[in-house]
Amino acid sequence: MQNITAILKKEFRSYFNSPIAYIFITFFLGISSWLFFQSFFLVNQAEMRGFFGLMPWIFLFFIPAVTMKLWAEEKKIGTIEILMTLPIRDYEVVIGKFLACLALLAVTILLTLVVPFSVMYLGNPDVGTLITGYIGLLLMGAAYIAIGLFASTLTENQIVAFIIGIAICLTLLLIGEDIVLFKTANWLFPIFSYLGLGAHYSSILRGVLDSRDIIYYLSVIAFFLYLSTLAVESRKRR
Amino acid sequence: MIEVRELTKSYGPTVAVNKVSFEAHAGEVVGFIGPNGAGKTTTMRILTCYLTADAGSATVAGYDVLENAIDVRKNVGYLPESAPLYADMGILEYLNFMTEVRNIPKSQRKDRVKSVIDICGLDGVIQKDIGELSKGYRQRVGLAQSLIHDPPILILDEPTSGLDPSQTIEIRNLIKEIGKEKLVLFSTHILPEVAATCSRILIINNGELVANGTLEELISQVRVENKFHIAIRGEAEAITAKLHELQGIAEYTHVKTDNGVVDYEITATQEDDNIAETLFRTVVQSGWSLVELRQASVDLEQVFLHFTANAHRETSSITEPRSTEAATDTVAPSEEE
Repeated sequence: MQNITAILKKEFRSYFNSPIAYIFITFFLGISSWLFFQSFFLVNQAEMRGFFGLMPWIFLFFIPAVTMKLWAEEKKIGTIEILMTLPIRDYEVVIGKFLACLALLAVTILLTLVVPFSVMYLGNPDVGTLITGYIGLLLMGAAYIAIGLFASTLTENQIVAFIIGIAICLTLLLIGEDIVLFKTANWLFPIFSYLGLGAHYSSILRGVLDSRDIIYYLSVIAFFLYLSTLAVESRKRR
Repeated sequence: MIEVRELTKSYGPTVAVNKVSFEAHAGEVVGFIGPNGAGKTTTMRILTCYLTADAGSATVAGYDVLENAIDVRKNVGYLPESAPLYADMGILEYLNFMTEVRNIPKSQRKDRVKSVIDICGLDGVIQKDIGELSKGYRQRVGLAQSLIHDPPILILDEPTSGLDPSQTIEIRNLIKEIGKEKLVLFSTHILPEVAATCSRILIINNGELVANGTLEELISQVRVENKFHIAIRGEAEAITAKLHELQGIAEYTHVKTDNGVVDYEITATQEDDNIAETLFRTVVQSGWSLVELRQASVDLEQVFLHFTANAHRETSSITEPRSTEAATDTVAPSEEE
């Protein structure tokens, strides 16, 4: 546990040592609020469904951008050789890096609370759905992070990691979308609609925290963290 | 403290390390030398549990590198080649991070950081980010990182590459100092460094361990050929003719003629111990004057070339294995040194 905390602290600080965290937070807040408020006053409803609905697509580009460097850079400059010869287990490093990303995302999401507070100031939204919405946001974001980190373990090139991350996230997102489901074969339908990254999020947004949705996100996270650990270990047997 | 048995590792079809076996103990400074791509780094990476060997076993500080990787790593300080460090971290921040992941108790962290800063001479730059440092200082931070938990075994991959001569000497002295109580295994391309610091030398070539011993032992292995260097003032052809007749000479090479002084390299036959006297008498009797007569000294460079002959054949005219038939053939004068 102490090892995981050490890695978490180091990676989290390294985000703020470099411009990455500031650029990420600024652009994320800017783009998400702008897109939301653009239509907010037209719709003239005190709710945040539009805000939450945008998130799977905003995450698609923002999250692989913050995860891409976490392993690719270590490999590129060789620091992985010191890191992986420290008395830490591979999975502890994987979890530490994951939690550091999650912490950055949590900070960013915390800062978007300005949006619900303005909505509450302007009208009377359902606070319950706002809370479940934020929980869903964090769960879905965590799943994106696990995927992005896995993509980063596959290559030493950050751009490649970014694109692979987007590709996996996009695939998992699209298979659960109506456009794709409409055309899918009947036997694939339940599988696709269950695996879709966005579908569980939409059901959480309705205000119901179903354990199945939570289990889905937790298993996606566990699965990709496990794959990352395997990928990191595979260096030993090149 | 380090025991390696028949260690083998290949990358695809290339065998990087082939059945390497050696032992090393506390209080030794072991120099690991060999041409580029000989397998030094791979061996070190296996010993630090960064890579897994295909076959063979290795124990470090009594722990097996496969079974007890974490315990091995606790006992080893490792500086990889070219000291890869996080450029965006401050030196102090980095060393503090290392004390945390190394599980050094909170109460000792400050002392440990302070002591490695002193040892590695980082005082003057301590406020800087690692990215702002010169190569030499980066190397020192890497070394500081490897010493932070006061490990009984230190594995350093080319610790002095990229350093200026005075820094190199500092690091060498440091290695010597550490090696009094601990085991230091380090690789290098700089041969005088090995001669200056190591109590034992391992030479690896094409993945195979070709030599293992102290500098003296290795030199004596090379010296069996019993070589002499002689410079005579006189007529080159007459001298050559004389040498050709002389008993006890297995082979001679005309090195150069300079202002009437003729230089030869002479290899005595194994049985003849008095070849130097014979040569001296011959020169005097023939009425020439002897300018120089000495036993050719073998230095580490020649040892290195001797043991890595396959990779260096084109440059190692001195250490070419010679056949006995050469004794009766006149060797063509060569301009090579």
